[in-house]
Amino acid sequence: MTRIVMLAATALVLMVAAVFFPFLELSAGGMVRQSSLLDAVLAFSSGLLLPLTFAVAALIIVLPVLRLASILYALAPMALGWHSARHGVAAFRLAEALRPWAMAEIFIVGVAVALVKVAGLARLGIGPAFWTFAALVLVTVLNDTYMCRLTVWKTLEERRRP
Amino acid sequence: MTSLHSNDGAQTLTARQAGLVGCHSCGRVHPMGTPRCSRCGAALHSRMPGSLQKVWAWLFAGIVVYVPANIYPMLLTTSFGATTENTIMGGAVELMHHGSYGVALIVFVASVLIPVGKFLAIGYLALVVDHGSRLGGRLRRGQDLHRRQRLFEVVEFIGRWSMIDVFVVAILSALVQLDFAATINPGIAAVSFSLSVAFTMLAALSFDPRLIWDAEQDLT
Ligand SMILES: [Zn+2]
Repeated sequence: MTRIVMLAATALVLMVAAVFFPFLELSAGGMVRQSSLLDAVLAFSSGLLLPLTFAVAALIIVLPVLRLASILYALAPMALGWHSARHGVAAFRLAEALRPWAMAEIFIVGVAVALVKVAGLARLGIGPAFWTFAALVLVTVLNDTYMCRLTVWKTLEERRRP
Repeated sequence: MTSLHSNDGAQTLTARQAGLVGCHSCGRVHPMGTPRCSRCGAALHSRMPGSLQKVWAWLFAGIVVYVPANIYPMLLTTSFGATTENTIMGGAVELMHHGSYGVALIVFVASVLIPVGKFLAIGYLALVVDHGSRLGGRLRRGQDLHRRQRLFEVVEFIGRWSMIDVFVVAILSALVQLDFAATINPGIAAVSFSLSVAFTMLAALSFDPRLIWDAEQDLT
């Protein structure tokens, strides 16, 4: 339980860092272009593609953050040995419902493919946010592997407020 | 799991036959007729109501928007004034010409093989569950049911990975904005492809895997 809370907290911090640091850097013919994670999200922000912007933002930033936050909210009090939080059960149910829709790990594979596609066109630099995001994915995957859902549910039930 | 399997597959007792209902969210078992799970608060259904109708509706919507996703361009590349349009398949083929066979394979698997395989798998599962007794004539052993359950788990796990190509387009469009030398913009297919992935994910989520095991009573 403690390990899950630690991993979720780490992932949350990494996500904040990943959003604000430069993600990738492209240089060709003397021009340099730096993009952050937010730029990648805003790429679809013209005309008909606008809804896609919201979808991509949700899939790679908002939903993963929401999911990590609800895991923390539900489990952190119990890791400290307290009663479960007031709506801890609902929060964990939300985290479980969000699981298929949080796509950070798929995004990082997409980045790898994009890097190969661009490689012939220009010189590429990888920014600190790329590594932060990669670490975030690793931590999230570890977290999902360690987390035994049945144990979490049982603990939530035992530690319920009287 | 809501059914107790015996490994020889000869006789299994489902929760429903025992007068019980399992929570689809946390797995806790309750007596039949309990409205809400006492552990997690989710609504309890012995079988999800209208599961198959929802599956068919989402699946149909997913197939419909998958067609324009393949016809219209996914990427618009402008280089020194000339614009080339790339469809999903076109992008994979171009990667192959560059000699990036591995990446071309990833794109092909994620954007073509997985979506089409998913349409077929969900359609097949919904069909055999829907017409359980009629098609069930071919159902000889309990292992067939285990195979269907496994197929469902694979579909559920792998479907989201189709989103790779949409993310690739997003990153390329954000990154490659070098004015005259090269500019990459997203095409309309990116929208319909994302919708297709979302719809088929909803189809898989609407499918109640417990329906698979209801065919067991037809086994003799
Ligand atoms: Zn429950």
